[in-house]
Amino acid sequence: MRVITVFIAVVSGLLVLSGYFLTGFFPVLADVQTLLLNWAIILMGVAALVGIFNLITVHTDKIRRRETGSFYSAILVFFLLGTFFLGLILRPEHGLMGVVMNGIIIPVEAALMGLLSISLLYAAIRLLRRRADMMSVIFLIVAALVMLGSATLPFVNLPILGITSRWITQVLALGGARGILIGVALGTLMTGLRVLFGVDRPYGGN
Amino acid sequence: MIELIILVVSAFLLLVITIWKRKSPAKIREIAALTNLHRVLGLSVEDGTRMHVSLGSGSLLNARGGSALAGLAMLRHITEQTSVSDKPSVASAGDSALGLLAQDTLQAGYQAAGVEELYIPTTGRVTGLGPFGYAAGAMNISKNENVSANIMVGRFGPEVALLTDTSDRDHVIAIGASDDLAGQSVLFANTPDILIGEELFAMGAYLGAGVSHAASLTVQDILRWLVILALLGGAFAKFAGII
Repeated sequence: MRVITVFIAVVSGLLVLSGYFLTGFFPVLADVQTLLLNWAIILMGVAALVGIFNLITVHTDKIRRRETGSFYSAILVFFLLGTFFLGLILRPEHGLMGVVMNGIIIPVEAALMGLLSISLLYAAIRLLRRRADMMSVIFLIVAALVMLGSATLPFVNLPILGITSRWITQVLALGGARGILIGVALGTLMTGLRVLFGVDRPYGGN
Repeated sequence: MIELIILVVSAFLLLVITIWKRKSPAKIREIAALTNLHRVLGLSVEDGTRMHVSLGSGSLLNARGGSALAGLAMLRHITEQTSVSDKPSVASAGDSALGLLAQDTLQAGYQAAGVEELYIPTTGRVTGLGPFGYAAGAMNISKNENVSANIMVGRFGPEVALLTDTSDRDHVIAIGASDDLAGQSVLFANTPDILIGEELFAMGAYLGAGVSHAASLTVQDILRWLVILALLGGAFAKFAGII
């Protein structure tokens, strides 16, 4: 069974990859690629349902065992099922579903974003206590310079701050970011190749 | 055509260097976060606490799936190491397909350790769909399930601060790696142990996941030098008016 899953995965991967490069020589590869990607999208949709089922299973299990925080699990399961069945009955385009999205989910995410800004400020204050090295000092100085350069300062106008901030973000930070992204891209390429060759198998068991 | 050449050359190098590395093992520099990860793995088994592997909310259908796959490779290794612990490791994902693969990887780890009967399917979880939903659900695991270490490997944006903040308040050791720049900077400010850039993809080699992982590092280094030479060559050619 393991050999079959590896074979299917490797052949599918190679066919999709070939579809990007060799369609000039073998036009049929474009159709095969589209077909396989469509299957993948359908499977992702099914996986979403399985994922939700997993979420419900984990939380109902917590409620049954009366674990710490099971009250929140009960709220989650209740509203998850409620929203699911409401969506099935009313259809997602219905106004009430819009209210659920715009009146609950988006404000909650915005609130989490607000919480995040406090967390980040707190982390910046504690950074030197946690890691007192040169990199932390540079990190804090750069963050402060960029923030001061972006903000409108009361009573004073210091164009040098704006110029320094722009130079940091558009030259130093951009160069560094590109370097990191090239490294990440190379790492992704190698990981992809290992999966493609069946060396790493995040599927089909041992 | 250039992309195909890069791909073929990379694949060829990976194959050759993997065979070569079988004969002469790799020497790799020390990365503090990964040394600490080794220590944390041992400690969690000894003191009967749980490890939480957060795989992020990256989808496998886009170009950022690489970090999720790297996270799964690490999860497999951690599962093998902690499978006999009183408290099994928990993996959380913010994408359904990634959640399914996490369950499969956990099961494979137990199989490899010869204790498949100890595998509990609910240790692989989808805690929410989308970055903030995922973070909110994963925070709950660190807080309520006797977790001693939170290993975050995958696609994390700024929302990772919520996870690291919870870990900090509950005295849970946090080790993080993300392929997202905003996530990396947040992790730098929030955690003592962070992996920057491509170090995320080096975890397998450091944890002894196999020769191919060490070979991947060497190929990455070779490709990086080629990119540097191409950049310098391009700059020189532009300066000299050739292009």
